[in-house]
Order: sequence, then C-alpha cells, then structure tokens
Amino acid sequence: MGKPNDLVQGTLDLLILRTLLPQAMHGWAIGKRIQQLSGEVLQVQQGSLYPALHRLEQQGWIDATWAESETGRQAKFYSLTAAGRGQLEKETANWNRLSAAIDIIVAES
Amino acid sequence: MLWLMQLRMRMQMLFKRGQAAARLDEELRFHLDQQIAENLAAGMNPEEARFAALRAFGNPALLREQTRATWSWTWLELLWRDVCFGVRTLRHTPGFTAIAVLVMALGIGANVAMFTVVRSVLLKPLPFQDPDRLVRVFEHTNDGEFSFNIVAGGVYAEWRKQNHSFSDLALLGEGEFNLSGAGGQLPEFAHGANCTWNLFSTLGVKPALGRDFTAADDQPSANGTVVLSWGLWKRRFGGDPAILNQTIHLNRQSYTVIGIMPAWFAYPDASTQLWTPVYHDKPASVMSSLQDHEFPVIGRLGPGVTAEQGRAELSVIVRRLHDQHRNVALISKAAEVRPLLEDIVGGVKQPLYVLLAATGCVLLIACLNVANLLVARAAARRKELAIRAALGGGRLRLLRERLMESFLLSAAGGALGLLLAYGAVQWLVHSRHDLSRVEAIHVDGVVALFTVGLIVLCALFAGLIASWTARDKRLLASLQDSARSSSGGQAHTGLRRALLAAEVGLTVVLLVTAGLLLKSYARLRSSDMGCATQNVLTMRLALFGGRYGEPAQLVNFYTALLARVRALPGVEAAGFVQAVPGQGYWGDNGFTIAEHPPLPQGQAQFAIFRYADPDYFAAMRIPILRGRSFDPALKLGLAREVVVSKSFADAYFPGEDPLGKHLRSGVTEVYTIVGVVGDTRYAVSEDPKPMQYYPLLEGAGVENNGTLVIRSSHDVEQLALPVQRIVQELDHDLPVSDVLTMEQLLGKSTVDASFDATLLTAFATLSLLLAGVGLFGVLSYVVAQRTSEIGIRMALGAQREQVLRSVLLDGLRPALLGLALGLAVSVGVARLIRSMLYGTQPLDPGVFAAVAATLLLVAALACVVPAWRASRLDPMQALRTE
Repeated sequence: MGKPNDLVQGTLDLLILRTLLPQAMHGWAIGKRIQQLSGEVLQVQQGSLYPALHRLEQQGWIDATWAESETGRQAKFYSLTAAGRGQLEKETANWNRLSAAIDIIVAES
Repeated sequence: MLWLMQLRMRMQMLFKRGQAAARLDEELRFHLDQQIAENLAAGMNPEEARFAALRAFGNPALLREQTRATWSWTWLELLWRDVCFGVRTLRHTPGFTAIAVLVMALGIGANVAMFTVVRSVLLKPLPFQDPDRLVRVFEHTNDGEFSFNIVAGGVYAEWRKQNHSFSDLALLGEGEFNLSGAGGQLPEFAHGANCTWNLFSTLGVKPALGRDFTAADDQPSANGTVVLSWGLWKRRFGGDPAILNQTIHLNRQSYTVIGIMPAWFAYPDASTQLWTPVYHDKPASVMSSLQDHEFPVIGRLGPGVTAEQGRAELSVIVRRLHDQHRNVALISKAAEVRPLLEDIVGGVKQPLYVLLAATGCVLLIACLNVANLLVARAAARRKELAIRAALGGGRLRLLRERLMESFLLSAAGGALGLLLAYGAVQWLVHSRHDLSRVEAIHVDGVVALFTVGLIVLCALFAGLIASWTARDKRLLASLQDSARSSSGGQAHTGLRRALLAAEVGLTVVLLVTAGLLLKSYARLRSSDMGCATQNVLTMRLALFGGRYGEPAQLVNFYTALLARVRALPGVEAAGFVQAVPGQGYWGDNGFTIAEHPPLPQGQAQFAIFRYADPDYFAAMRIPILRGRSFDPALKLGLAREVVVSKSFADAYFPGEDPLGKHLRSGVTEVYTIVGVVGDTRYAVSEDPKPMQYYPLLEGAGVENNGTLVIRSSHDVEQLALPVQRIVQELDHDLPVSDVLTMEQLLGKSTVDASFDATLLTAFATLSLLLAGVGLFGVLSYVVAQRTSEIGIRMALGAQREQVLRSVLLDGLRPALLGLALGLAVSVGVARLIRSMLYGTQPLDPGVFAAVAATLLLVAALACVVPAWRASRLDPMQALRTE
C-alpha cells in the first residue's frame, strides 16, 4: 500500500493495545479513535487493522465479545486481557527506547 | 493463563472455523455500515455514501484473506484445500483414478501381506526367555557327510553330564498318542512330543496352569505324567481346570495331567498337542544307545559362552565317546549347533524372501505405472499448468498439487491394500498350517506403520517422477506448442519409455522366476513314485497297550483287519505298511550280508526299512521284479523273509543274484531274500533310496504303527467310512488318523512348491498385465500427439504400412530393451533361487524362451491397436484436428 501514514506492524499493535486500555471497542471505533487521538495524522487502513486485531486475538492479548453497539447492532468488541496489559507495558517501553534513540539522532543532525 | 487462552483459541479455530468465518463477515459488514452511516451524516446521498465507503474499504475478498491468514491452523486449511482440489481433479477422471488406486492397492497389499509374514516368521524373536541364547544341537553323521543329524539318546545323556558350556540341554522326540475316549467320547489320535523334564525350563516357559515336569517324573519307574496344550485342553476337556491331577489314558496307559501350557506356546510345532516325559515313555535301550539317532536336542548357552565354544565342547565329548566305543559302528565324531530360530524357520526363509522380493517388484511396477499415468495426465494438462504458472501460480504450489494427487492415489490404494493384506494373511494362516511359526503371524501396529511408510514412499516416487517431467521451464514454449504440435512433447515420452523399459525388465525377471518354479512344481508332481497313486486310500493306525503286548496279538489284529477290509465290496486290494511312498524317511537299520565277508571294524551299512504285509506290493502296484512277495503262511518266528528294492540289489549285490542270500539284521535274526521289487520314493522330491521290507506278520513287536492302504477301481474315498467302521468293530478304542488318498498325501507334501509357484505366477501375471497396459497407454498417447505429423506424412505419400511399422517399432523398442535387460538380470536371479528348484536347471532354455515369447506377444498386442489406429488415420481429418 505504501502510503506515508501506513503503520509498521509492531507500532500498529502498540496503538491498538493502548487504545483498548481504557475500554472495550469494536474495530471501526478503534480505527476512528486512533485517527482522532493522533489529530487525523494516523489513518489506519482496514487492510491492516483487521488482520492485526485477529492476530492479537490469536495470541491471547485481546479478547473479543459480541455485544450491542451504540447504534443497536451486534458488533464485535475487543478488550485487553491481563496478558495484553503486560504486552502493552513491554511494547510501550520498547517504543520509548526506540523513539528516544531516534530523537537523539534527529536532534544531533 | 496465557497458554490456556491460546489453547482455547486454537480449539475454536480448529472446530468452529465456519462460525469464525461468518463472524468475520459480520464484523466487516458492520464496519462498512458504520462508514456508510458516517458518510450519510456528512451529507452525502445514499448511493454516493455507499460507493465512497466501498472505495475506502478496499477489496473485501483480499481483506478477508489477509485476516484469515492470521488465524492458526491455516496450514491445515491450505492442505485441506489441496486435498479437495486433488479429489476434485481425480473425480473428473474416474477411470484413471480407479485403475491407479487398484494398481496401488494390489502392489501395497501384496507387500504388506508378505511383510507381515516375513516379520512374524523370520524377524520376530522366538517367544521364549532370552531366545538368542537358545540353540539346536546336532551330531554329524558317522561318515561326516551331513552335519545336521539328530542325536542319539546315549550321546545326549553324556553331553548333559559332561559339558560346562550350556546352562541346560533338553531332548525331545515326536510322539504319537491314542487318546482314549472317556464318557462316550471317541478315541482320538494326537501328535505330541516326548521330552526330557527340563524342556520347558530350558526354553524359559512355565505352564499356564498346574506345574512343570520334575526330574522325578522323567524316569522309567515314575507314574505317567502329561502336560496338555491350551488348544487340546479347551477342545477336548472344555477348558475345565478340574482336569489337573486327573488321569487320562494315552496309548492305553495312565497319565496324570499335571499342567496346561499357555495358548501361544507351540514347540516343536503348532500341531503338538501334549508333552510326556521321554525317559518314562521310551525303552531304556533307546535312551542309552550311542548310535540310534532318534532325537532333536536343544540347548541354552551358559552366560558368556558363544555357540562356537559350545559346539567345540560337545564335539570333543562325542569324539571321545566314539574313540572309547570302537565296537559300536555308528557313533558320530563331531557336533554342530545353530540358533533355534534359524532351525525353526530355516526351511521357509528363502522362499519367503523370494516372495517378498517379488512383491517388491510388483510394487515398483505399480508405482512406475501410476507415475506413467500421472505423466500422461501432466502432459495432457500442460497448457493448463502453463497458464496457471503464467498467472503467478507458484512452482512449489503446483508441485505440491501434483504430489497431493499422487499421495491421494497412494493413500486410497494403501487403505484398500491393507484390507487386501489382512484378507490375504487370514487366508494364509488358515490354509498353511504347516508353515513354521504360522501361529505368530498377525497384522499389528508395526504392519500398519509399514503400510503408511509404503504409501508415503509410493506417493513420493510416483509424484516426483511425474512432477520432474512436468517441470517445464519454457513456459512460453508450452503455450505456443499447441499451435502446431507436430513434435509435441517428445521430451516427455523419453522418460516414459525409460519407465516402460524398467517395467518390462522387472516383469521379465518375475516371469522367469515364476516359470522356473512352475516347472519345478510340475516336475515334482510328475515325479514317478514307483507305485499306484490313483484310487488309493491311506489311513494311519497305531496299536498300543496290553491288548497288543504279544507279537501274536498284533499279527492276529492285522490278519483280521486285512481279511475284513478285503471282503468289503469295492475293495480291489488292501495292504499294510509302516509308511507308504511319500510319507517320509521313517527309519533305517544297519544290516550285514551273511554271504559277504564281514565289514572292517568301525564301518556299517544301513538302509531304509519297512514292515509290510504280503499283499502290500500288489495293493500299491509296486512291481515284483524277481522272486516273490512274503509267504502269507509264514507267521511270527517262521516269517524270516525279506524283500529288497531294485536299488538295494544294485547297491549291495552288484553282479550277483540277491535271491536266496541272507540279511542279518540286529544280532541273531537271519532273513532270506525272497524277492526284488521296484524302487519307490520316500519323499516326492527325493530320489529312490535302497529299501528293505520285513514281514509284518513276524509281529516283531515294536512296529505297532503303520499305514493301511486300500485300492479300488473307482471312488476310493467312499470306502473310508466302512473301513473305519471295521477298525472300530475290531477295537473301539483305536483311533484312525490321516485318512487321505495317495493324491492328497502327495499334494500335501508338495504344498510348499505349489504355494510358491502359484503366488509367483500370480505376481508375474499381474506385472505382465501392468506392463501391457503401460505400453498401450504410452503408445496411444504418442499416437494422439503425433496425429498431425502422421497426417502430414501421409499427405506427402507415406504408405499405411510404413506408418504402421514406424509406430509399432516405436512401441516395441522399449519392450525389447526391457526384455534384454530383464533376461540378463534373470540369469543372476535364477542362480540365486537354485536351491528352490527341483529337476530344473536355473538357465532352463524352455522357460527363458517361453517368457521372451509371452512378453513379445503381449507387447505386440499392446502396440498393435494404437499402431493400427495410426495407420487408419484420414490425412485430411488429421490435419484438421488442430
């Protein structure tokens, strides 16, 4: 797809886990939320979002339940599991290390 | 916790995959609808909102694919898809599939069956304790010519006393038992064994019920004791443990049942129904004789002792005995040992391995044939495959598909083959009781594993050969090829021809082997026994106990029996003999000729002996060449006459008239030679040996068993019941056994040869059929490929005969190449099976010529139809086919 705001996989996982930290959400809302929080900078493509959600679910980091959405339709709500919380901490730490390192390089030059 | 969730997830993905897929669709639809709703809220009209949402959404099929790719078990799903695809393509061509599966089933089935037999009989260790320590012990013959002679009782006793190499030595002999009826039961004849008390402990086996023999049981003065086989106990005594410590009557003597052996125990063979102590049963003179070789002996090697050390020590002991007793003529000078397993299965080893090799060839041919069929399919689907490759179908993926197809064929064939093998093994076990260790043959887990292995091997073999030809790097060429396929697929047919040549070669080897064995069998069946074999009935009797203690009582019984049998309507002649031709060696004895100078010390001459009644020769139509038969008026001590066979006369009276000469047998008795009769064979496959016949009516006492022969002009089997009734009337406690016509008796003794020859012929015929079908298939394909080429040739003036010849030669070339290869290999193989042949040279020109002719005929038949079809082509039609 090669768009500038296309997210590398690991980062997308981190964003999804972080977005789900306060509350359970369905896929559409997760995409919207990321877009909103990033000030419309990050646009998550469906082609990346759903494979990522299913992969996280397979790994047991998020759990899915079917529930009524705000519009009254059945939707698949994802929520963070205990293991997912641990994973989020790990990935956040990772991200901080990585972005700090990148910041240093960018500031130097 | 995490692993539990992952496991739950995996189970869900495995078992609720359909539901998960539906959920995914639902989830994506929800997303789309949300987008549409948002677009509507932004003020678009419904249609516009919908299109914008779809545009943003992208390709839903791709998204679904990508999402599903993250699920677990995806590899399984892909595999399943390959299987479905394979099944679907195979279903499109049911004829091809059925043939390929059947071919594989026959190949795999035959192999699994033979593997089961070979493994159970030859490879599995004997079911005894530390079976590799058990050996069979032999004496050499006195002249040293034969190293595997049975052992004399006296030698065994000395061995057991003096040796230090064996932890124990046990002796056993065949026993024939009349098991008396009790409580209205009929008497029964039972095969059994006389054994030393330590037989079971030497083997390391304990009775399932009751106790083993003790040394005290195994003495002449002890009370009779008997151990029963599980089968006899179940059948005759209803499996009632109360039989223990009860008395039964064997040969009219009392024996106490002390034990029951486990159901699996079968030694010396599966027909052994009971065991009794040998020192109790046999006369002391036999047990202490140093030269009457009567008994098989087995031994358990002591810890750390090799078989060679054991053999050396026993050799030293018997050599010393020989030197100490110079006056006893037939003591041997050396001992021999061999592993017990080899001793039990030695006779069937080579035939079984030959059959296994034959089934291996059949499977190879089957695989080659299936590979050939797959290659043909690949060739027919070349364009399809090229298009798929051009559209981005991965090479690996296409290869996987091809392998899957061949795997499906092999798996279906293997499953069917396993069933076939199971049936074949059941049939074998039921029809071949005489096979060593037949009781050990079972289809088990290892066999199933072997089948799976074979399936994978066949699938890879056939599949890889097929894919190797299909691997076409010149995609474009394949696609263009079809424009004018005048030389289409020449490269493909090269490999197929090579496969065909290999197939034909293997078939030739099988045909030659089968031909040689068939010829041997025919020779065996037509070998002249030297006596009547049509309409002759035989049955065995054994007279035991107080009623026959005196020679006069025996003679009276025989006289009365023969007189009554001869009086039966339909009986042309009847006689009684110790053993009829074909019934085995039975026994020999040493003799001297009164008119000849005494033999040097330490030398002896011996020949087979038989007891016979005066009318035996007439009853069996054994010609009396000179002199006469016994005088029926002479009985008991007066009957001092002997009849000898022609080869006896030739061997011991060269250039002399044997009539009137005297044989001294044993110590005192002197017998006058009154007649010379024709030679007979004691076994079908053995040449006639010198034989002496002594008068039955002498009633010498020890010879209390033998064969009653009855000859009739027709339907002699109808006489079986009346004769048995006469026996019952004379002695209600006397069982009759082995009621067989001469033809059945001889057939039984050639069942091995018949079995091997029949099976190999079946395998060879199957291969021939496969090779013929393969040849036909390839040539038909080649002709179809060359249709337009042939059309052009004909249009340019080629004669139909030329086309016919060219196509015929095209097909016959691989057949001829295969034939030449096969004949060359057969020469080597025939030498290997030399020992299985009887009266047939390994390089029998008749067999080789017949095989070559058969093969050429089949090849020509297979080629002639496609060739003829090619020559009938209408050039215009042929050119238009593209």
